[in-house]
Amino acid sequence: MLTINDLYVGYGDTLVVQGVSLDVAESELVSLVGANGVGKTTLLKTISGLVRAKSGEILFMGENITRLAPDEIVARGLIQVAEGRKLFPAMTVLENLELGAYTKEAHKQKKRNFELVFEMLPDLKTKARNMAGTLSGGQQQMLAIGRGLMSAPKLLILDEPSIGLSPLLTQTMFEIIGKIKEQGVTLMLVEQNVHHALGMADRGYVIEQGRIVLSGPAMKLLHDEHLKKAYLGM
Amino acid sequence: MSGAAILQATADGILMGGVYAVTAIGLTLIFGVMEIVNFAHGALMMLGMYVTYWLFTLFGINPYLTIPVSIAVMFIIGWLMQRYLLNKIINAPQHNQLLLTLGVMLFLENLALFVWSPDFRSINVPGLDTSIQLGVVSINKPKLLAFAFALILTAVLFIILQKTVLGKSIRATSQERDGASLVGIKVKNINAIAFGIGTACAGVAGSLIVPFFFTSPGAGAVFLLRSFVVAILGGLGNFWGALVAGLIVGLAESLSGLFLSGSWNDLVIYGIFVLVLLLRPTGLFGGGRLSGSH
Repeated sequence: MLTINDLYVGYGDTLVVQGVSLDVAESELVSLVGANGVGKTTLLKTISGLVRAKSGEILFMGENITRLAPDEIVARGLIQVAEGRKLFPAMTVLENLELGAYTKEAHKQKKRNFELVFEMLPDLKTKARNMAGTLSGGQQQMLAIGRGLMSAPKLLILDEPSIGLSPLLTQTMFEIIGKIKEQGVTLMLVEQNVHHALGMADRGYVIEQGRIVLSGPAMKLLHDEHLKKAYLGM
Repeated sequence: MSGAAILQATADGILMGGVYAVTAIGLTLIFGVMEIVNFAHGALMMLGMYVTYWLFTLFGINPYLTIPVSIAVMFIIGWLMQRYLLNKIINAPQHNQLLLTLGVMLFLENLALFVWSPDFRSINVPGLDTSIQLGVVSINKPKLLAFAFALILTAVLFIILQKTVLGKSIRATSQERDGASLVGIKVKNINAIAFGIGTACAGVAGSLIVPFFFTSPGAGAVFLLRSFVVAILGGLGNFWGALVAGLIVGLAESLSGLFLSGSWNDLVIYGIFVLVLLLRPTGLFGGGRLSGSH
């Protein structure tokens, strides 16, 4: 569904993503794990068209989307729930969700997706009239995911969904991600929380200094000696 | 000082404040969405004045009926200006954008001088040159109409921003640009539309003052500085702040004119301006990101 070939991205003279190749197949959950500042968010921004690649290509459902504008990429069903949530703080929860269904395709499924989101994230229903900026961190993250689901994703990319959440909320968050997978949505999960992210994934990639250093079935990665030592403190 | 004179100055100030508010709302909308400080705003207002002036002078069209034309013409000019000039430097440092809008201002003003000469022009609309007597206060009809239209425009704009898909995407873009891109909003289009709407506000303000103000190439400059004061006083990006601040500046101007003689009012306005910048640089009501809710 998503294929990235030898992608290079940088700001000025600094290369942040250095030759990344990866792929995500339909209805898979693929986790991309790595420490802070190794290029994960830059990679995702490039996938969504917010940052331009220096070279390499990104294919989505067989189409080259490397040079497309962000809105054109969203219209094709590649949706990203960005790090830092990127909500509209002075708009209500309801308005944020409505704007999730901005594209033509998402608008058609608006009613169904509203039901789905409220069923999966009931907190959002009780807070529907509140301003997004007044929600707690956990609720904001739920809203960001809810808004992503409103966009009718074929592939949903989640950037650090557990960042800043309490252990209990982190648990809830990963349960929600599990439920989204059950809905048949293809997922790419980008996380520092290696244990959780690989624990629920089909396959995983480990990124260090802008390069993929390890990849394979998630279970196998969890038992990899290098990964254990570097990320799991074992 | 008679009570009647104070009442009169208060009424005049409030009426003028409505016009200041409309120009400032245009500025604040543009700043709220793009963080562009538009120095050409006054010159664009001046173009709106000429639209109305010529439609009245050449075809005898009532100035208030020219407002839709003014909105359309100025929206298109603003849209084009954003799409083909400002869009090129949207990621440039702010002072570069400032220089560009300043350049557009000089260009438009000199173009107007060249095409229409520096003459001060005024129009005389039958039935509009009288005043309405409200007790001791006499209300100048064109100013009252300008105020009424200003309020209507503000309300319409507010409803557009709050209720329509377009308005929601404008607010979304102003609050979180990347977030807007990530839900599929064409941010570049929104920028151009927001600039068009902001410019149309300037155009309407221009049309509204033609019946009681001299139309000339430099007319916009008078209003430019006032709308900056109003927009900043209200909090850049804050819609209702601009409305309230417009009334405050209008009142400050007319009351200071009354108490301190005419030449003082600019001094008072800029005095307020400097004090706000020193003491409360986010404006009286805080900079809103086009939240529209306060």
